[in-house]
Amino acid sequence: MSETEKTAFEPKIVAYVCNWCTYLGADLAGTNRLEYPSNVRIVRLPCTGRIDFNLIIKAFEMGADMVVVSGCHPGDCHYTAGNYHARRRWTLFRDLLETMGIDLNRIHFAWISAAEGKKFAEFITEITDKARQLGPYQAYREICE
Amino acid sequence: MARIGVFICWCGENIARTVDVKRATEEVEQIPGVRFAIDYKYMCSDPGQTMVRDKIIAERLQGLVIASCSPHMHMKTFRAAAKAAGLNPYLVEMANIREHCSWVHQNREEATAKAVELIRLAVGKVIQDKPLDAIKVPLTKRALVIGAGVAGIQASLDIAEAGHEVVLVEREPSIGGKMAGLSETFPTLDCSQCILTPRMVETGQHPNIKLYTWSEIESVDGSVGNFTVTIRKKARYIDMSKCTGCGECWNKCPMSKTLNDFDYGLSKRKAIYLAFPQAVPARPVIDKNACTKLKTGKCGICAKVCAAGAINYEDQDEIVTEQVGAIVVATGYKLYSIGQEQDNEKYTGYGEYGYGKYPDVIDALQFERLSSASGPTGGEIRRPSDGAVPKSVVFIACVGSRDPAKGVSYCSKICCMYTAKHTMLYKHKVHEGTAHVFYMDIRAGGKNYDEFVRRAIEKDGAKYYRGRVSKITEENGKLIVRAADTLAGVPVTIEADMVVLASAMLPSTGATELAQKLKVGYDEYGFLSESHPKLRPVETNSAGVFICGACHGPKDIPEAVAQASAAAGKVQVMFARNELTRDPEIAKINEQNCAACYACVRTCPYNAIEKAEIRDRQGNLVKMTARVNPGLCMGCGTCVAVCPSKSADIDGFSESQIYEMIKNL
Repeated sequence: MSETEKTAFEPKIVAYVCNWCTYLGADLAGTNRLEYPSNVRIVRLPCTGRIDFNLIIKAFEMGADMVVVSGCHPGDCHYTAGNYHARRRWTLFRDLLETMGIDLNRIHFAWISAAEGKKFAEFITEITDKARQLGPYQAYREICE
Repeated sequence: MARIGVFICWCGENIARTVDVKRATEEVEQIPGVRFAIDYKYMCSDPGQTMVRDKIIAERLQGLVIASCSPHMHMKTFRAAAKAAGLNPYLVEMANIREHCSWVHQNREEATAKAVELIRLAVGKVIQDKPLDAIKVPLTKRALVIGAGVAGIQASLDIAEAGHEVVLVEREPSIGGKMAGLSETFPTLDCSQCILTPRMVETGQHPNIKLYTWSEIESVDGSVGNFTVTIRKKARYIDMSKCTGCGECWNKCPMSKTLNDFDYGLSKRKAIYLAFPQAVPARPVIDKNACTKLKTGKCGICAKVCAAGAINYEDQDEIVTEQVGAIVVATGYKLYSIGQEQDNEKYTGYGEYGYGKYPDVIDALQFERLSSASGPTGGEIRRPSDGAVPKSVVFIACVGSRDPAKGVSYCSKICCMYTAKHTMLYKHKVHEGTAHVFYMDIRAGGKNYDEFVRRAIEKDGAKYYRGRVSKITEENGKLIVRAADTLAGVPVTIEADMVVLASAMLPSTGATELAQKLKVGYDEYGFLSESHPKLRPVETNSAGVFICGACHGPKDIPEAVAQASAAAGKVQVMFARNELTRDPEIAKINEQNCAACYACVRTCPYNAIEKAEIRDRQGNLVKMTARVNPGLCMGCGTCVAVCPSKSADIDGFSESQIYEMIKNL
């Protein structure tokens, strides 16, 4: 990271991850010492099926510039089908957000397994770069005020 | 104000190298609700934990945040420490400042700032934590074993000997599995039936084993400690309580054209038949697709000759249910089909080897029957086409194994050994004959295994060629085997009288459907997944379900037996307690608020939410509500997300806890 970038805007990113796949994937990224930007705050949840819209909206309300949701690959859910529920809900939710005028580039969904430490590190790096380019999510905070 | 203690670990240099722990400690002390923050080199060590316990008592803490490694690593450790000091273990939270911070960031400034942030999140959560008590679940001390091959028999006998009841379900008419059909076993060449049949008899007569043969699992409900298993007893057309197994019926049955599956099609059997002479239970079954009486209503000879009156043509499938606390899966394997039909579109078969076209190209299990004393030839090696004794036999290893293009990518592990055994069995019976083996590599890892292969080559004169067979054709009654000897660098052509294919091991038919009923994971081939490849090799991710034998992956008899005893041991560990305790981080419904839309009931993957009534003292219905069964809920939280009235929430990951975490981004 260059000096100019560092003084520039640093986004806040909230990652809602499931306890069984992506959280362990993030652990693996650590075990393998794979470096990624420090902007992300991982919030551990039992399953992506636990994530309702409010959590995502609330994160923006609390100042997040980007929200990431990640869980087990389809078929691998620790709870058999939680991630399918998350995926179905996600499809609906995207349309809803779009109707509301919320920038869909601010929300990202991924499947990252417990074995994919590298994918986790790459994904977070990519997302952080994207968030930096998008800049602060002023538009949403203006709606809130 | 809450009294939260924050303990920040150095993890030696692992955390302290990139996180300025001293500065982080000072900053964390400023967070509202934090009573104190303290750092230590190794928080998980004995002195570290002692410090945690002492501080809980001295500072009368209401919650702990341990900032160290992943909760998957040490959450249990610190929950135990809290419990020992009298603090509810569910008032402990961890901030993962090692895997998620110091190990993935280089910049000390940023890493320290992030560590403080992560601790702030955890403090937010712990303030909202509620004391929880582990859920106690009653335990049914009865086990279900699925599959009665050698693994299932071993597991059943071990559990039964420990004094617990076992329900053993086998879909074939007899127990014994694949091993009952083998001739002799490597590396000792002891007779398979001689070692297995006494165990089969023991299983059949054991007072603690309830045997269901010719039966399959319909469904499995419930969860660890309390499963309800529905079993379909297929119509046998025999009254098991009357039948004496005298054999009059199958001797007199006029229908004798059905291929005998126990001999893998090398012989014929009657329409009413005993699976094999040593079958347990020694009771016949009627093949409804072969029996004239069942198909056309004519015949009925077996009923006429049965002195016990045990034949019942009106027999129907029967559904029974059994209550068990643990399940052992031992469904075994089958061989890769080298014929025309494949059970997976990825497998293309080996048409060039002529299996199904040339009767003298057989697979390894058929060769086992040919060399078995109880087999179709009485143990003489005679080829299927004309019954002649083959003077030259070619054995081809790795048919389907280690071949991702046409078969499976894994090594089937036992083929090198049984092929060496086959050459010996052949040579011991046909002294003047020659055994040729085509192989890729010889994998003979195991006690006395390599010595065994050397013996086949050096003492019994098997000819080994490293190379693949490209094609088999038939000329003048001989099978012409064309191959390459890659060590000598020359093409090889052998005129063989018989060819034996050592085909890959696949999980048995229906294993994946069963896995879905049990919520056990499986790999791309259908082998069931263990919970951890090294440390939890017989457990699965479905609590209370254990696996053993070849349903887990290719393995030989000693390994299958060892794993079966391991699974039985795990079941006994479970049954050593009188009740089970479960993690209390599960869903709950605010019943006053619930609108009874039952979105949660439809969503729950475990059927853990029920429709319930709230009634007043006079018994009048006040309202309907959803209600969580704490014995079944696994705490995934899917119901929380779907509840439109926000009545569902989950302890440990509640709405308020998550909000509190992200409040101070």
